[in-house]
Amino acid sequence: MDRAGNPDSPLFGMAAEVPSASALYHAAEKVRDAGYTRWDVYSPFPIHGMDHAMGLKKSWLSALVFCGGLTGLTIAALLTFYPSTIEYPLIVAGKPVNFFTVPAFFPIMFELTVLLSAFTATFGMLALNGLPRWNHPIFNWNRFDRVSDDGFFLAIEATDPKFDEEATRAMLEGLGAKHITLVYED
Amino acid sequence: MADAIMQSREAAEQRITRAPLVTNNRSMAWITDHVASVTEKKAPAWWWVLFTISSALAVCSVLCIGYLISTGVGVWGLNHPVGWAWDITNFVFWIGIGHAGTLISAILFLTRQKWRTSINRAAEAMTLFAVVCAGIFPLIHVGRIWMVWFLAPVPNSNAIWQNFRSPLLWDVFAVSTYFTVSILFWYTGLVPDLATLRDRAKTKLRKFIYGIAALGWRGGNRQWKHYEMAYLILAGLSTPLVLSVHSVVSFDFATSVIPGWHTTIFPPYFVAGAIFGGFAMVLTIMLPARAIFGLHDLITDDHVDKMCKIIVLTGSIVGYAYAMEFFIAWYSGNPYERYVFVHNRLAAPFFSWFSWVPGIGPQMAELGANPAPYWWAYWSMIFCNVVAPQLFWSRYFRRHAIWVFIICNFVNAGMWFERFVIIVTSLHRDFLPSSWNMFHPTWVDIWTFTGTFGIFLALFLLFIRWLPMICIFEVKAVLPEADPHHGHDDHHEEPAALKGAAH
Repeated sequence: MDRAGNPDSPLFGMAAEVPSASALYHAAEKVRDAGYTRWDVYSPFPIHGMDHAMGLKKSWLSALVFCGGLTGLTIAALLTFYPSTIEYPLIVAGKPVNFFTVPAFFPIMFELTVLLSAFTATFGMLALNGLPRWNHPIFNWNRFDRVSDDGFFLAIEATDPKFDEEATRAMLEGLGAKHITLVYED
Repeated sequence: MADAIMQSREAAEQRITRAPLVTNNRSMAWITDHVASVTEKKAPAWWWVLFTISSALAVCSVLCIGYLISTGVGVWGLNHPVGWAWDITNFVFWIGIGHAGTLISAILFLTRQKWRTSINRAAEAMTLFAVVCAGIFPLIHVGRIWMVWFLAPVPNSNAIWQNFRSPLLWDVFAVSTYFTVSILFWYTGLVPDLATLRDRAKTKLRKFIYGIAALGWRGGNRQWKHYEMAYLILAGLSTPLVLSVHSVVSFDFATSVIPGWHTTIFPPYFVAGAIFGGFAMVLTIMLPARAIFGLHDLITDDHVDKMCKIIVLTGSIVGYAYAMEFFIAWYSGNPYERYVFVHNRLAAPFFSWFSWVPGIGPQMAELGANPAPYWWAYWSMIFCNVVAPQLFWSRYFRRHAIWVFIICNFVNAGMWFERFVIIVTSLHRDFLPSSWNMFHPTWVDIWTFTGTFGIFLALFLLFIRWLPMICIFEVKAVLPEADPHHGHDDHHEEPAALKGAAH
């Protein structure tokens, strides 16, 4: 079996390549059914339906964004309504400054809601993905450079309870995967 | 029976078969190579020529801005009553252009218009650069720019607190939010493609820079899962945002009491105009880029065709809004409103040609003899925005790039005239005839504006040199082989009689 990285360092996992998006989809279904939990498939673009094939649940990023949006709305309401109506009522053109003028603050409430939601969506996505990070063991494998071009890969991590060099290798071979490689941490 | 079902299925399938989004059956590697290599080869000679010219223009703008700040806004042609002229015209013009990018990237994403994938990156970049150009004008038109922090709600000892009920303050929030969210959206979309550039990098320095920029992206499905959710949410947030930004810009006018500005139709009218002008600018810069880099298989004639249809749609909405303004001016019975529309905008010398028409002849002769001082601006706007784009009803004009380019440039000019007409023709004749005044731009007005085209183009040229101008990963995802069921008859739930029908 091929090896990538420094074989003296701890084992990261076993990686392999498949020829196409549909091959990757079917391989993912089989790995899922074999009961593996710490593994991933890598592709140049998101493959439609892959979350189902891998048995993944919906991303909960939307819940984070809801909280972010709510924070933005609250900040905007406090920033506009309280000072402009109670603390420092600014009378312009003789117009009232009471509670019923609240529609005049809607644009700023909307903008700040969107702003904080967008920040949460971007940085929350990065945080959930563990990014940014300097390096990753899978990059030790030279073939993996093609993941952003036209390569389709899957990797089963050594920390997976079901991971076994012989059994996992036999399963990957059974899936028709090529270039089965042991990838090390360093 | 089964045969009959199959035949009708096949016939229906043939009718609804769509043209491929990437022509000539290009492979994934071809797409990666073709898009990424633009940033990897040496810059061609024409790039240096264009970059030199546009940066020289950009320098003109910067020098004019320096002169303005060090001297005062008096170096512009502003006067009483024309207190806003080219500055706000240019602001609204550029911010409008910025709308097409977000429309393509957000609204077309939510409506699953997959043809957007090959144009959204460049259109989003164009949005950012247009908003950069737009942001300059409100900042410098305040005069004493070192006091611009007064706009920010910062506790201070000057007893200054912002009027949050003012549309001018809403505008500050709307435009800065729009710029920030557009950057986040653009960068999120760039991350997987930056990883492509990182993985293809030949030199250590490129690998380092693109490696940092790609944030360690690996393309694992556990990452794509959150990524797709983030992209969907950003699209969902940007859709109301893009509609709100130009609505808020229009509030700057609509909430005032100036006849010609005080109009409830402004928010939808401005948004339609922004999309109209934005698509025209997208085509104006994408068509030359496509020709130069040979990207005809990615940005196909179908893409251009669809954008032209959006231009004729939004152009007609804008034409309807122009007509509706006149109707309301007449129907409201407000003499000031009527005066602005008829005597400040519409009346042109050629009206006297119609003096023979029974019934309205004398009025036509009268209006033709006393034309609106800015009639040429109004009628340029009508010709460029309402008449010229109607050619896009014809397939011939939508399918010939040179015609598309010419018509889009008419639209670019027309949308500038539209803002000039709204702002200057409404202001130059005040309620009090003794304060009427014409606006004449000075050389500082002219070169500041011309220079912003240099800023815009220089930034765009830098963008196409350093970043993939087509979204590589999204284009791959619309290829037939990206479908996980491609080449497999594995939809077992289908009855045998319908086997082979479209998935």
